Amino acid sequence: MGRYIVSRLAQLVIVFFGVTLLIYLAVWALPGDPIRAMAGDRPLSESVINAMREEHNLNDPVLVQYLKYMGDLLTGDFGTDFNGRSVSDQMVQRWPVTLRLAVTAWLIEIVVGIGLGVIAALRRGRWPDYTILLFSIAVISIPIFVLGYTAQLVLGVNAGIFPVSGVADGWPASYILPAVILSAFGLASVARLVRASVLENLRADYVRAAVAKGMSRRRVVSVHVLRNSLIAAVTFLGVELGFLLGGTVVVEGIFNVPGVGQLLFRSLQTQEGAVVVGVATALVLIFLLANLVVDLLYGVLDPRIRHD
Amino acid sequence: MTEREISPGAGPTGSARPGGPADMEPAGDGSQAPGGAAAQPDRGATLLGDAWQDLRRNPVFLISGFFVLLMVVMAVFPGLFAGWFGNGSPRVCDLSRSGDGPTSGHPFGFDKQGCDVYANVIHGARASISVGLLVTVFSLVIAVVLGAVAGYHGRWLDALVSRITDVFFGFPFILGALVVLNSMNNRNIWTVSLVLALFGWPTMTRVMRSSVLSVKQLDYVQAARGLGAGSWWLLRRHILPNSIAPVMVMATIAVGTAIVAEAVLTFLGVGLQAPAISWGLQLSNAQTDFQIAPHLLIYPSIFLSVTVLSFIVLGDVIRDAFDPRLR
Repeated sequence: MGRYIVSRLAQLVIVFFGVTLLIYLAVWALPGDPIRAMAGDRPLSESVINAMREEHNLNDPVLVQYLKYMGDLLTGDFGTDFNGRSVSDQMVQRWPVTLRLAVTAWLIEIVVGIGLGVIAALRRGRWPDYTILLFSIAVISIPIFVLGYTAQLVLGVNAGIFPVSGVADGWPASYILPAVILSAFGLASVARLVRASVLENLRADYVRAAVAKGMSRRRVVSVHVLRNSLIAAVTFLGVELGFLLGGTVVVEGIFNVPGVGQLLFRSLQTQEGAVVVGVATALVLIFLLANLVVDLLYGVLDPRIRHD
Repeated sequence: MTEREISPGAGPTGSARPGGPADMEPAGDGSQAPGGAAAQPDRGATLLGDAWQDLRRNPVFLISGFFVLLMVVMAVFPGLFAGWFGNGSPRVCDLSRSGDGPTSGHPFGFDKQGCDVYANVIHGARASISVGLLVTVFSLVIAVVLGAVAGYHGRWLDALVSRITDVFFGFPFILGALVVLNSMNNRNIWTVSLVLALFGWPTMTRVMRSSVLSVKQLDYVQAARGLGAGSWWLLRRHILPNSIAPVMVMATIAVGTAIVAEAVLTFLGVGLQAPAISWGLQLSNAQTDFQIAPHLLIYPSIFLSVTVLSFIVLGDVIRDAFDPRLR
């Protein structure tokens, strides 16, 4: 196990550098001069441009820039944007909002997704099963922003059940609707995964044995089947937390939630490269760590899987 | 170690664990009956034949297949459908009717520029479906080549391909495409498709690789090798035909997810640009006015959702038909 963790960590480091290099190149190596763009119609004097280029390391070859950036990053310094504001400061205020949103969505996926999956499997071939299956495919085929705007109009503006936008009303109230929309896609996948593995386990020999020795159906399902069916779902849910954080870009835009997703989106539009790289790097790091934790958990949950 | 293969469209059997994909192509010797065209009196005995027999009678397959076909025809010949109500051109607009609801001759109403929404929706099929198909074809080609090479050759090549795959897996899907597309000034169907494929191939490559890994150890491959078959012959005649099924099924589903991804990226402002006509663009334009003109959001999204749904369901049914465990 120890060796596995070490090799897995080494792998993570390689991937982390690969991903950040890609992001860095995509943002900085493509044509366009962000400093001249910032100046707009009234050109800056050469000396100012040169000073700013020097400050942001833009005169170095792009690989050197990248290495300098990573060096700073290791000391926790995400650099500054072109207005001199620290990128980490901008992110610090926004992370709690995004985390709250993503975790709320995640909890919805866990509770509702697993619940629906189990119900569908136990009622296989009857209307609850078909309804859940239909719902899960339908949700995948509707773009998340169409879902978001429709929910905002129907439940927020017209019915007035939820706040329309912003987070002024605090945790549960303002976050529920965005979180539900954010979770919709993953929810459908969780439900289908759980349904499939519950169905598989219901046919297993140990379930027949448990029924044969006179165990109640309720106990068979909750103790034997459910526990064995959750492995696939746990894998998915771990990785999903990372996807949810990435998905906040769209949802935070629709519901005007002041989180990192919105920051990323705005920075993309205003060409604030340092902020884009910073936010994307942080998101990727969380995503990779979530994957690592899942891989390690996998072995704990299912003793048949050994990492030797 | 265990390999995670999670794709947006991972269907009912969900987590494709190593070995999982391999189960989908037993009866391998039968499915690629020598030369394909050779006489097959017992068609029903091959995997392909069995699957086709099942599919032909499956209403879900027929319905989703019909819609896929319909949308593809619409993409190729929009003129066949656009003129039904007498106003077939998406570029003929009348500003005085901006945002008006459905009237006779204009069943879906008018958009903000006063263009006929029906004609636009019909013509939008081409861009959306092109992106879906192009992304899938690009990803599929990369996946089959890299997956087969990595799985068959193994050793350093496998390690290299796997690490590169890991890097692209490090991106939450939309995020990667968002960052790359944002720095492109000129975005059209080709560039958007290429960027989406750039982040779409890794999932398929993993599936292909594990499928090749399990097939290359099967007895008939060993036998062929024993008879003196070369690598290229083995790959082409024995390994590829028997290991490609899982990734093909995934590709059907991927068309749907790529169409949705294009719409989401366009919504974020980094997808296709006007004057292109696509469902993503129409939906993206509708966002500002849809509270007063909901028809701008409703009709394009119905077309988009039905198309995506059809591709995903089609992939699902085909997968089930090819899965012997469900028989």
